[in-house]
Formats: sequence, C-alpha cells, structure tokens
Amino acid sequence: MNTDIAIDARHVGKIYGTGASAVTALGDVSISIKKGEFFTLLGPSGCGKTTLLRCIAGFETPTKGSIHLSGTDITYDPPYQRPVNTVFQSYALFPHLTVAQNVAFGLKMRGASSADVARAVDRVLALVKLEDFANRLPQQLSGGQQQRVALARALAPEPQVLLLDEPLSALDLKLRKEMQSELKRLQSETGITFIFVTHDQEEALTMSDRIGVMSAGALLQVGTPHDIYDRPATRFVADFIGETNFLNGTVEGDQVRIGTGDLLAVPLDGETGAVTLAIRPEQVSVTSAPAELSGKIIDATYMGTDTHYTIELKDGSPLVARIQSNSTGAFGVGDAVGVAIDARAVQVLKS
Amino acid sequence: MGKTRAFDVTTLPGFTFIAILAFVLLYAPIITLVIYSFNGGNSVNQWGGFSLEWYAVAAQNEAVQDATARSLIIAVWASVISTAVATMAALGTTRRGKFTGQTVIYVIINQPLMVPEIVTAVALLIFFSSVKVATGYSGLGYLILAHSAFCIPFAYLPIKARLEGMDTTMETAAADLYATPWQTFRYVTLPLLLPGVIAGAMLAFIISLDNVIITEFVKSAGQDTLPTYMLGQLRRALTPEVNAISTALLALTILILTVFVFVTKKRD
Repeated sequence: MNTDIAIDARHVGKIYGTGASAVTALGDVSISIKKGEFFTLLGPSGCGKTTLLRCIAGFETPTKGSIHLSGTDITYDPPYQRPVNTVFQSYALFPHLTVAQNVAFGLKMRGASSADVARAVDRVLALVKLEDFANRLPQQLSGGQQQRVALARALAPEPQVLLLDEPLSALDLKLRKEMQSELKRLQSETGITFIFVTHDQEEALTMSDRIGVMSAGALLQVGTPHDIYDRPATRFVADFIGETNFLNGTVEGDQVRIGTGDLLAVPLDGETGAVTLAIRPEQVSVTSAPAELSGKIIDATYMGTDTHYTIELKDGSPLVARIQSNSTGAFGVGDAVGVAIDARAVQVLKS
Repeated sequence: MGKTRAFDVTTLPGFTFIAILAFVLLYAPIITLVIYSFNGGNSVNQWGGFSLEWYAVAAQNEAVQDATARSLIIAVWASVISTAVATMAALGTTRRGKFTGQTVIYVIINQPLMVPEIVTAVALLIFFSSVKVATGYSGLGYLILAHSAFCIPFAYLPIKARLEGMDTTMETAAADLYATPWQTFRYVTLPLLLPGVIAGAMLAFIISLDNVIITEFVKSAGQDTLPTYMLGQLRRALTPEVNAISTALLALTILILTVFVFVTKKRD
C-alpha cells in the first residue's frame, strides 16, 4: 500500500438512468492522486470531470469501481463522514449565516469546542485575508470575497483533500488571475491535496502539479503540464491543450511523408502507416529564403509580442506559425515563404 | 413603437368599468358590514347614529367570549399540527427525485381543496360519531383534528413553493461540511425554509378561524366557534353585534395577511 496516495479511484464508472435512456457519465476511470498534490481534472463540459469530483465528495455513488482515501475504501460513505471538503462553483454559502458562522459550520458539525472553532475561524479568515468581514452576511460581499469565504469554509475543518469545482469560472479575468496565484499559495501553505476541476486549459497549465485530461467520460492522459503540452497522447489532448497544427502523413522508413510530398524527419517510436503530426505553432519558423517546406501566407494576425501567420502549404493544408513579432522582418499576406518545422518537437499520433 | 408593444389588457374597451364594478361588488358588502358595526341602533340596515355599543356588547357576551377562546385554541392547534405535517409532506415531495405515483401523492395532499367541503363534513360527522361512541371522548380533539386535516394543503403550498425555489446545493454543502441529514435540516434547510413555514402557518390559522361547514357538523353540543355562533344568531333577531364580531375578525385577518406579505417579501 502506497501511503503517499491521497485519492485512489479504481475503475470508477457512473451511469445515470437505466435501459435505453441510460447516460454514461464516467466510463472506467482509474486515477491516483498524491498527497499534497495540486491535481487538475481538465476537459470540456460534459466530459465527466465534475461527476468524478462528486463521486470523491460522496454526492454521487459510482455505478462501479471504488474510491479510496489514504487507503480506506470510502466509495459508499456519506459525504458528512468523509474528511473531504468542496468549494462549489456557485459557492453555496449559507445566506442566513455570517461569514464567521459559515466558516465555523464544518467544525461545529464535527463537534469541535467553541474555543477551537473560534481559533480555526480566525486562522482561516486571516489566511484568505477576510478578517474584517467576519460579521458580514454573504450577500454583502463581492463575488471575489464570496469566493474566499467559500475557500475558507472548506479549508477550516482541515480536510485531507480539497475539491474545487470550477471555482473561478464566475470571476472576471483579472480577479481570476489573482485567485489562481492565491489558490497556489493556499495550497502550498496548507499542504492539503487539491483536486481542481476546470475546462480552462491555461488555468490548468499554470496552476497544476499534474493534470488529468478527460473527454466523454474517459481519462485520456495524466501528466505534468509539460508532459501534457509537449507530449499529448491523443489528437484530442493535443487539440484541447493549446493550439496545434495537424498534418496527416505516412511513415516511410524513419521519416514521414506529408501531403505536400515532402519528407519530415520526426521522432518515430515504431509507428507505421498513416499517422498525424501534431505541431505547435511556436515550433514552426518562417523564412524569406527557401526552406524544407514552402507555402504562401494567407493570414497574419498581430498579437503584441507574437504574430500568428497562417501559411497555405503546397497541397492546400493550412499551418499556423507563431513568430515573435520583433525577431525577423514582418511578412505580409500573399508572401511566398519558406517554412521550417522543429522536427524533434513534433508529436506523432496514430491516425 | 406603440403598435409593436405587447398586448395590454387595460386598453380593451370596458376594462375600467368592469374593474370598478368587480371591486364594488367585492367590497361594498364588506364596507357596509363594517359601517353598520358602528351603528347605535338595533338594526343591521337602519342607521341609528355612530356608536361602539355593539363592540362592548359582543365583548361582554359570555357566549362570544367562549366561542372566541374556542376558535383561537382550535386555530392555534390546527395551524401547528397542519404546518408540521405539511412541512414533512413538502420535504417528502420535493427533496427526492421524481418517483412513480408523484401526481397521486399531490392529489392526496391537496384533496381537501378539491373535495366539496360538505362531503368531508358529513364523512367526518359519521366517522367521529362512531369514534365518540367507542371511546366516550367528546372534547375539542375532534375539531382540532378535522381542522388540521383541511388546513394541510393551505400550509403545504407556500412551504412547497419555498422548498422548490431553494438551491439544493446549500444542503449538499452542509452534508459536505460534516452535517448529518438531521443537522442539515436543523441548521440549513429549516432556517431557509422559515418564511414559507410562517406563511403556511398563518394561512392555516386563518382558514381554521374562518371555517363553518365542517365545524358545524363535527362540533358537539356547547362547542360553538365564533363562526358557528354567528350562524346560530341568524335564527334569532340579527343585531349589529354580528357586524362587530365580523369586523373584529376581518381586522385580525388583515393584520395576519399583512404580516404574511412582509415575511414572505423580506427574505426574498
């Protein structure tokens, strides 16, 4: 038994309804989340990430499989018996209780002494910098402050695992950025395992120790933000995380022939036949001199530090390049250019 | 702009006339009743000068005092019992998924609203008389039970409406924060539900206070409530005393309804 594992989900599946109207929310998901880890479940809406979170919290019972918390099977424990707390997307603050009473709720229900409760409330409110708002009602606070109360309330009972269900989605961009670093700080200060659910890939990349990418009730890939970004396992992951060009090709020896007829020396790992090359826009460079590929610029979008060029290759397939705006001279729409691809960084996906 | 505006009922011909007519028909009798409660004479329709005489007569009439006390006792018990039952029924019908027989349950809970009151009255008369024979008990319990029963739907509707409008994530959050189902109800659901419960209890109270038909059939001898006492007075000479009692009841009802409006409004 590995004692470093906080949450161990084994073959968890969840089907809603029966017979013809049955909907599979989770297929067969196995995942191990380490203690003290900032783990993100990332995927589009309806991919099952929230269902998995609700199974861990105890709001849903899996149709199959089991969930273990620090080695103990909690699959069928009711939510109030799990040392796991949730920050809800809607915050779900109790409107009839003050900020301090909201934060105290979990400890009170567990029967902590009023001195302990008071001490914990003070400590946690200081942690989220809301000491001055203890006696306010939730509706007297701004969205960002309510978000902090929700965090404080979930952190106060010192859960083993904190679940965060898209907690930042209701905040505006600036506040969201602030809360992202705030969450990172809280996680490292408390040492609590965070399981964070989001559909925002940038949020996932910047905050997480590890990311689990989900789609259609399945876990597609688990890895560090670097792994996921640089070595996407499937076309879906490559497409969902950041921008990606896809070029279809065929393996010929140790090279891949793409639609233009050109051969690219990409890293192959025993693949044969038809493959898809996933190429990040920053791995494409554009030159005025002829290069290994050639094409014509059909669109140029200035984005500040970068410029995005869409290049039409000889066979008509589009390729997006992200070039630092001040690096080489700017190109214009209609320019014939040479295109070079950093072949070592290309990810080869089975078609 | 004006032509594309949504249909406005106030622009229809005769709207003002019909609206005024409706209000007059509704309130003219009540206003007359209130005015004649201040009549100095002995008639309910011939003015004999302003006087509070009949209020004094009513207040000093032992039969009225008796009936008032009985009405209040029954209304308090009936509203407490029916509100408690209605709260449980509302929780049972809203805090779970859809289930087979849901519609049947709604119909059963709201049965007193749909069955003609006289049918319930006769049924209770027959049922309770055999219970009386069997047990020998003939106290107020029968009236309290009967009133509780027909007050349930009136208490149920505002409580159910409140529960349906309530965000269930509150209860999920409570469970997440170590509250057992009972603690969740006690510290989260009930406080949030309270405006609905108060509204339900007030409605039940008024409905009970006002009831004639079922009370008339179920009561034993000497168990007159205020409305049945007044009904009994009809058989004798009608004096403005009845007007005075009615006006007092009206004032109480308006007071309760005003509180009801404020309680339900403030929290939302």
